[in-house]
Amino acid sequence: MSVVHSAPKFASNDGVLATLIAALGDQVVTSKEEHGEIVITVARGAIVDALKALRDNHQYQQLMEIAGADYPSRAERFEVVYMLLSLTKNHRVMVKVSTDEIQPVPSVTGLWPNAGWLEREVFDMYGVKFAGNDDLRRILTDYGFEGHPFRKDFPLTGYVELRYSEEEKRVVYEPVELPQDLRQFDFQSPWEGADYPLPGDEKADDGESKA
Amino acid sequence: MSMQLEESPTTGDEVITNYTINFGPQHPAAHGVLRMVMELDGEVIERIDPHVGLLHRGTEKLIEHKTYLQALPYFDRLDYCSPLGMEHSYVLAIEKLLNLEVPIRAQYLRVLFAELTRICNHMLNIGSHVMDVGAMTPNLWVFELREDCMNFFERASGARMHSAWFRPGGVHQDVPEKLLVDIGEWVDTRLPELFGDAMSLVLDNRIFKQRNVDIAVVSRDDAVAWGFSGPMIRAAGIPWDLRKSQPYDVYDRMEFDIPTGTNSDCYDRFCVRVKEVYESAKIIKQCLAQMPEGPVANTDGKVSPPKRGEMKQSMEALIHHFKLYTEGFHVPAGEVYVATESPKGEFGVYLVSDGSNKPYRCKIRPTAFSHLQAMDMMCKGHMLPDATAILGAIDVVFGECDR
Repeated sequence: MSVVHSAPKFASNDGVLATLIAALGDQVVTSKEEHGEIVITVARGAIVDALKALRDNHQYQQLMEIAGADYPSRAERFEVVYMLLSLTKNHRVMVKVSTDEIQPVPSVTGLWPNAGWLEREVFDMYGVKFAGNDDLRRILTDYGFEGHPFRKDFPLTGYVELRYSEEEKRVVYEPVELPQDLRQFDFQSPWEGADYPLPGDEKADDGESKA
Repeated sequence: MSMQLEESPTTGDEVITNYTINFGPQHPAAHGVLRMVMELDGEVIERIDPHVGLLHRGTEKLIEHKTYLQALPYFDRLDYCSPLGMEHSYVLAIEKLLNLEVPIRAQYLRVLFAELTRICNHMLNIGSHVMDVGAMTPNLWVFELREDCMNFFERASGARMHSAWFRPGGVHQDVPEKLLVDIGEWVDTRLPELFGDAMSLVLDNRIFKQRNVDIAVVSRDDAVAWGFSGPMIRAAGIPWDLRKSQPYDVYDRMEFDIPTGTNSDCYDRFCVRVKEVYESAKIIKQCLAQMPEGPVANTDGKVSPPKRGEMKQSMEALIHHFKLYTEGFHVPAGEVYVATESPKGEFGVYLVSDGSNKPYRCKIRPTAFSHLQAMDMMCKGHMLPDATAILGAIDVVFGECDR
């Protein structure tokens, strides 16, 4: 498929994935190249070694971002995605590990000093633990916040709301009360070749079998 | 602020221990709601612990519950000083997943307005940085220019700040011819005149230099290791600019220089921004000169809605219009990380799609997060008033940092 979009063009991906897989060896779990992005999933325990190898031997000098993501249907529901940037090769790769609520991910604060806050954010939002990060406090949520808001099972409205109480002369936290239900629209569409059953479809099938 | 007197256990003499103060969250020089817990030895900063997140709104979670188009206006509200720069990363991420072609006029318009946004953003930062270290007049002068930019945004999109004008597949509306003429005239006359005047008050000013030169020197290696980007890494002498190295839209057709610093102090960061304003002006002029006629949004009807007139004439257009504004378009499953050079540095969007009409996950990489994290490293050993200069030179906006 030819590339027609005008998103940022970095150096060519040709052969990069093969080189990196060869270099990382059995640390690699899976890898893919889709939409012009190289994504390498490595074993959780090997993340520090893998990123160190990428930084020191393959010129990925900068850690731009650590993103968390939640896939509740998987056995290890969380993904931690490291975005690496090479200033010299002008190239980007993503490195992933997966984990659950209990298994900690080894911290990369020893490799990049800016990993500290990025890991704190993933911890705050998803509750992923990072072994070796000695400052794993919450960072974006309120002081004294409970729960991990970006998990898919955390409601969009949250559990508590706060207001200034004139009687108590301070801000008070109360359970969320919605005057109207939060509406979630589904967009089941009978158009565009959908193959899911719509209410009433079973009758049509019954009719055919009788006839 | 409290000073504690304690008795020394051995000699019985009185010794003054370090004391801790709160800088912010309501301090005018904190550029929004930043709280910094500072440990001071006299007036020298020993340690800083920035507390961010006071403006956290859960934007990324909200985006997961909106269609791709409905999520767009959230991006204006991230860095509200450079709204179009934020939208740029997001629309490019969607287009990358869709592999969607953007008409060439739309690409020119986006680059033109992204650069106008850069000027607009730098006017705010330059002005407030100068004001943080004690000067009032230049801030008022450059705010005049910012006001001009706002008027241009209003004429293009109808909104002064939260434009929501970049759309997946192009831009929302074409601009009037007169607007382009006026921008060209403004870039040629008013901008260099007023900006030059304001900068002549500052750049060689003795007090300004005393407050900024040799403050928060960051070595090249540190700048790379701490994940610096934008003017912060360029001031360290690394000519890294995503517009040049990883061009998007029509930046590969533009001729411009990357200003860099030599000393990597607050003064260099300021100078890099000042020079970038002139480079942006160069890009704007090239855009105006080269911009062709043509459509301003993708024309296959599956992503960009049809024109209103067309909708009234054609049944097909009506269906497309209805479907796009209710259900929205579906994006193929996959994940991309798209970063553009926003005025403050690398602004990235990590977009995960599961093939539906809503993003599965949208992680926003703010520019200020990495820079602010380095506050402790940069401030150590400097005086308390230097913290405001350092903060001004970072260019933080909390809408973006806290999301």
